[in-house]
Amino acid sequence: MSIWEYANPVKFMRTSGAVLPWVVAGAAVCTVTGLVWGFSTPDDYRQGSTVKIVFLHVPAAMMAINIWVMMLVTSLIWLIRRHHVSALAAKAAAPIGAVMTVIGLITGAVWGQPMWGTWWEWDPRLTSFLILLLFYIGYIALWSAVEDPDSAADLTGVLCLVGSVFALLSRYAVFFWNQGLHQGASLSVQSGERMSAVYRYPLYLTMLGFGLLFLSLLLVRTRTEIRRRRLAALQAREMRA
Amino acid sequence: MIELGKYAGAVLGAYGVSLALLGGLIWQTLAANARARRELEKQERHG
Repeated sequence: MSIWEYANPVKFMRTSGAVLPWVVAGAAVCTVTGLVWGFSTPDDYRQGSTVKIVFLHVPAAMMAINIWVMMLVTSLIWLIRRHHVSALAAKAAAPIGAVMTVIGLITGAVWGQPMWGTWWEWDPRLTSFLILLLFYIGYIALWSAVEDPDSAADLTGVLCLVGSVFALLSRYAVFFWNQGLHQGASLSVQSGERMSAVYRYPLYLTMLGFGLLFLSLLLVRTRTEIRRRRLAALQAREMRA
Repeated sequence: MIELGKYAGAVLGAYGVSLALLGGLIWQTLAANARARRELEKQERHG
């Protein structure tokens, strides 16, 4: 069995319909348990109760970057192999990525104000993250602006390639420029920098929950796009008849 | 009861806004899917 079989919309609808309830259940259990567990962790000796924001900020920021990488892969599949489901999956993922980016920016600002004394700083990671949000908005707007779906998929695919620079930059900016307020990796494995297990395990669970939540929403939204495409095809056929 | 101290506003604000955004995204996703399914079924019956 080849992965390319799932490029067939009928096969995709059948398989996604079967796995969706399990993915939704996993997302609900992991996200709710992780957030409740995280919210009940003790205060950090330096950050106080603001440490609880990490259970939203890190998973959302991680997903914001990973969703763009997923869109890059599916856009490349469209540009190279012309599989419609991959283009529709990229389109379906963009609003989820935009919301994750907004959550990352808002929770970062709310956390930054008491810890850094400012809501916003033109720090390399923060700035590249803001540019990533603008790319998400531009990507969604471009899909809406172009009427022909294949042309829209081509143009947004190219935009996705360009935006990938900022997606990677928002992840690795702190390594390129050794300046700014934002720290490096939140989940460092270096001794002395490693997050306490009290916070680390609920954080892993919320990260898994956000990943499954994304997968659930992606499957539903891709199924919606396939239905819309089929509806448009049927309406066009009726017009011709 | 969990004591959030002087940062209660920041923590509750971050959770409130994030959960509202996630809730809105889930609602919009489900509503759009239900609408697309309804319209497609109607068109298939009609055609």
